Amino acid sequence: MLALALPFFPEEASSIAGEVDLMFAIWLAVSLFFTALIAGLIVYFMVRYHRRSADEVGKPEKAGMWLEITWSVVPLGIMLAMFGWGARLFFELHRPPANAVEYWGIGKQWMWKFEHPEGNREINHLHVPLGQTIKMTLTSEDVIHDFAVPAFRLKQDVNPGMYTTVWFKADRIGTYHLFCDQYCGAEHSKMRGSITVMDPRDYAAWVAGGAAPGTSAVAAGAQLFQTFACHTCHVYGPGWVARGPGLQGLYGRQVPLEGGGSVLADESYIRESILQPMAKIVRGWQPVMPTYQGQISEEQLVDLIAYIKSMGEAPPQNPGIMPGAPGAGTAGAVGGTALAPTAPTAPTEPAAPITAAPAGPAAPGPRPPSIPSIAPPPGAGTSGSLRHAPEAVSTTTALTAARAGGRK
Amino acid sequence: MSTDAATATLDRPNYLHDGYGWKSWLLTRDHKRIAILYLVSITVMFGLGGIFAMLIRLHLLTPDGELVQAATYNRLFTMHGVIMVFFFLVPSIPATLGNFFVPIMIGAKDLAFPRINLLSWYIYVLGGVLTLWALIHGGVDTGWTFYTPFSTTYSNGYVVSTALGVFVAGFSSILTGLNFIVTVHRMRAPGMTWFRLPLFVWSQYATSLIMVLGTPVIAVTLLMVAAERVLHLGLFDPRLGGDPILFQHLFWFYSHPAVYIMVLPGMGVISELIAAFARKRVFGYRFVAFSSIAIAVLGFLVWGHHLFITGQSVYAATVFSVLSMLVAVPSAIKVFNWTATLYEGSLSTQTPMLYALGFIGLFTIGGLTGVMIATLGIDVHLHDTYFIIAHFHYVMVGGTIMAYMGGLHYWWPKMTGRLYPGSLSKLSALLIFVGFNLTFFPQFILGYLGMPRRYWSYPPEFQVWNVLSTAGASILGIGYLLPACYFLWSMTRGPAADANPWGAKGLEWQTTSPPPTYNFDTPPVVTEGAYAYAAEEHVVGQREVQGA
Repeated sequence: MLALALPFFPEEASSIAGEVDLMFAIWLAVSLFFTALIAGLIVYFMVRYHRRSADEVGKPEKAGMWLEITWSVVPLGIMLAMFGWGARLFFELHRPPANAVEYWGIGKQWMWKFEHPEGNREINHLHVPLGQTIKMTLTSEDVIHDFAVPAFRLKQDVNPGMYTTVWFKADRIGTYHLFCDQYCGAEHSKMRGSITVMDPRDYAAWVAGGAAPGTSAVAAGAQLFQTFACHTCHVYGPGWVARGPGLQGLYGRQVPLEGGGSVLADESYIRESILQPMAKIVRGWQPVMPTYQGQISEEQLVDLIAYIKSMGEAPPQNPGIMPGAPGAGTAGAVGGTALAPTAPTAPTEPAAPITAAPAGPAAPGPRPPSIPSIAPPPGAGTSGSLRHAPEAVSTTTALTAARAGGRK
Repeated sequence: MSTDAATATLDRPNYLHDGYGWKSWLLTRDHKRIAILYLVSITVMFGLGGIFAMLIRLHLLTPDGELVQAATYNRLFTMHGVIMVFFFLVPSIPATLGNFFVPIMIGAKDLAFPRINLLSWYIYVLGGVLTLWALIHGGVDTGWTFYTPFSTTYSNGYVVSTALGVFVAGFSSILTGLNFIVTVHRMRAPGMTWFRLPLFVWSQYATSLIMVLGTPVIAVTLLMVAAERVLHLGLFDPRLGGDPILFQHLFWFYSHPAVYIMVLPGMGVISELIAAFARKRVFGYRFVAFSSIAIAVLGFLVWGHHLFITGQSVYAATVFSVLSMLVAVPSAIKVFNWTATLYEGSLSTQTPMLYALGFIGLFTIGGLTGVMIATLGIDVHLHDTYFIIAHFHYVMVGGTIMAYMGGLHYWWPKMTGRLYPGSLSKLSALLIFVGFNLTFFPQFILGYLGMPRRYWSYPPEFQVWNVLSTAGASILGIGYLLPACYFLWSMTRGPAADANPWGAKGLEWQTTSPPPTYNFDTPPVVTEGAYAYAAEEHVVGQREVQGA
């Protein structure tokens, strides 16, 4: 009973928890040894060499070079061994396995918002399938938060203005604490939630009949791509004036920049290019893109980036296919599917970018008035075709993660 | 000692008799009186910080936070941290014991710049007043770390005036450091070579290097926070085009070395105490001396271990991890050398020695847990939890404050010319040791269980450990109140102390208690090294040469 009242170790519920605990246990043993050694010596000496007369003095020091070397080198050796082990695990934590499925998390004062690849959205609670490797991409809307799951032995700061990632593979069914571990203001301690690890079949049922069925992140992003008129510059076919670089196969590629150098097109780069297009100009292109800072929410960014990431390799030249046309493959398998609903209105599209062109970079978003009508509400057909989206996303992730692994 | 002779000692002219009005204190240039001014000021600050700590612990007795509101709680831990770090721990040993004893231990009649020394106290007081002004007007809720963009954009506390207070207080620390460096270089008595310096002076010297080199960085950083908060210059807030993690680099570039500002002087005190109560030269004197310098230098290269989970590059994290472990080696050298000093010593268990032994034990735990959290894979789990809180309190309270208390008990008869009750002081040392462990050991367990720091409420399964911790804090509080009472008693009623009540070596014990205004009646000439207890060690330097 006392053991129940006095918890000593947290539950282990992730693939790395056991290793972290083992490393900690070894450190604990080493620490106990040295603490006991020092304390034992002190007590022994205090008894053995207790002062016996008021004017007694200690015996002169004996030369102890070998002692100095021993007690410098032995701790150093132990520490370097533990350093190596800790660093190896840390590198593993920063390299998501190739088969990781991507989830998104956004922190704000004082709540968590999560988005599943299937499009389900949750607040403060996150459901994940057992045994599935999950990569969380995290950002904050305001101050720095921290995504901490003690049962997974995981923690990652969640910063505004950038993306950080963390991955885990839950290996025990249950519900575990999710804490915000970075002090974030008045209700910091209320920024708590939970992670529920479910049997994959239960999870599938939960997703399908779920509390919050929605369009997938990729599909939502595809709609935003239209709403914000991204396609007017970044998607083009024959006869179009190409004013922005194409986005197919962008993610995970090195992008050459004006003025030399290149940058890896990861989530943070794509995000920056949307919010602060002037920060990095792609070589060979004019700095004409307006900023979307303040016009697009963190959730919308997440969806938009998910969509851009889903655009596969650039398709072989296939003149005559209009952007966004069904089956065109402009944006790869998933992107094409997601763009499908826009097909009926697509023919009106080419006019928009051309007329908007003279507006130039100063115009706050060359957004033709007709755009809202381009993005119809998701129809039954849409959601039907979206059933395949999660798989496709994970494939994309796998490719890019493999590249990322190669980089690091 | 003969009581009559001792009373006669108290009556003879000394620095306490050098004027009695408030002007004689507030306009003094005597390093000893300035040390007393600092002692009074930091004791007030320690009391304030302690009250905040006690309120925090009381609040955490229940999981749902029933004592104070969240906003109040956040102000409590912020002010506890700000006051304890910047207004107690940083000045504690250097500005009081260092100020009083560095000149005496090197045989000088004062510090190199007595007026600058007084100025540093006034600057400290100004900084303290600014911070207390912020406190009285509603406090600040950023945590002592002032992390951006919370502090620059979102906090509604008195961030700027608190930051300004810390900024100002920093200059007092720079001036103290500057004064010590010049004093140690230029004011040593004839015959006081570098390797005859007491190890306390070495540690003060190393500390001063950090103060002079590191403090300007925190000053600039806090100005940047104020600039972003007031003028909306985009430095740290990404919405203004800044980088929030830049702040953390700048902040920890000072604040990690500041940990060594806080603990190195304590290590110096422990070297003195161990030597005095073992009546034996500190084992491996040169290793202990140079380990202080090594800590000061390496301490500047490890700040990134505070950023392992922020998203900094994994390669940077790796470098910071290995450097953090390297800085543990000189600390380990010190612990082993102190322990080895006890071997074949003439050991007594008087009160200062109890504090010294307590320090070694607690600092060992603090250091070992520090190496644990420098290990990358483990830090991911432990960062920002109570494990960190426990770790740095073992170093700061179990280390620095134990050393400060030990040093105060050791030198009190010299500073005041009076003794304090022996058994009561031993009892308080014991209470502090027991209370400290009961307060902070449960926090290691809480941390491993995952309880985050700075939580106003927490999941109920953490309650038992929190209750134990609060119980320990109560004992610790009594342990600190007792010395306050008997020291106050001792100042007026304590029996007179003779010049050398411990039978210790060192120039400070060769002058009278309390010392005369210019420290020595006749300027000392040094003919032996520090801690020359055994007859063989009276000839100094030669053995060192052989050893090296």
